[in-house]
Amino acid sequence: MKFLYAAYFVTWAIHFLYLLNVTRGYKKVAEEIRELERK
Amino acid sequence: MNWKFTSLALVTLGLLSWGLYAALVGAPTEATMGDVQRIFYYHVPSAWTAFLCFFANFVASILYLAKRNPKTDAFAVTTAEMGVVFCTIVLITGPLWAKPVWGIWWTWDARLTSTLVLWLIYVSYLVLRRYSGNNPVLAAALAVFGAVDVLFVYMSIRWFRTQHPAPVIGGGEGSGIDPVMWHALLINFAAFLALAALVIAVRYRLERLRQQVEEAHAMKAIQDSPASVARSSR
Repeated sequence: MKFLYAAYFVTWAIHFLYLLNVTRGYKKVAEEIRELERK
Repeated sequence: MNWKFTSLALVTLGLLSWGLYAALVGAPTEATMGDVQRIFYYHVPSAWTAFLCFFANFVASILYLAKRNPKTDAFAVTTAEMGVVFCTIVLITGPLWAKPVWGIWWTWDARLTSTLVLWLIYVSYLVLRRYSGNNPVLAAALAVFGAVDVLFVYMSIRWFRTQHPAPVIGGGEGSGIDPVMWHALLINFAAFLALAALVIAVRYRLERLRQQVEEAHAMKAIQDSPASVARSSR
């Protein structure tokens, strides 16, 4: 059972990490847009 | 957030919950492998979704090479990332299934090796995009090679008889699975497809914003360049 749970856990961990990375990308772009508007 | 996105998010959440229930509770326990066979309901749909993402990347790359439209380039990089995410899941859940069933984590057979090569091709594609001054033409050309490997990965268990099992679906006479297992597999495939569509939509919007910011930076650099300042002062 530990292999089964590990596989399901890893699947969701990878999706979660990727979504976190996309969210960070949005924050970075929003910052750049604000900076461009200031200039 | 528009209503289409919200609806897709709700449908995805519903399908993922239903898929998890079908895989862990609804589907019968396989006679030989026992409960560990339930990895199949995440491993196989992840592989199919990765193949579809790479196919979408191939189409977008061809379109980009033909028309040089930044929208198709944004779609290409988005689908490549999503494909790599699902392919990574395949490459990790595979060994987690192999160890208790085969007694080994990994073997260099045709299916496993070609899947690893596929993953490496698309990781190279993404690295090329990020660290080579964002060269979309070179990356699009690499994506065409990746698409050839997708075909090879798909056909490898039909062409070679090695450690990886022969296809249980569409594998000809003698292949096939219990209808309840089919049901769990298809629900999870639908769930992962919906999740991929949802994340691609979000990631595509981010890529378009990035392109627009880059354009704005380039325009500003042109306006601020000495030649431009001299022209405007004349």
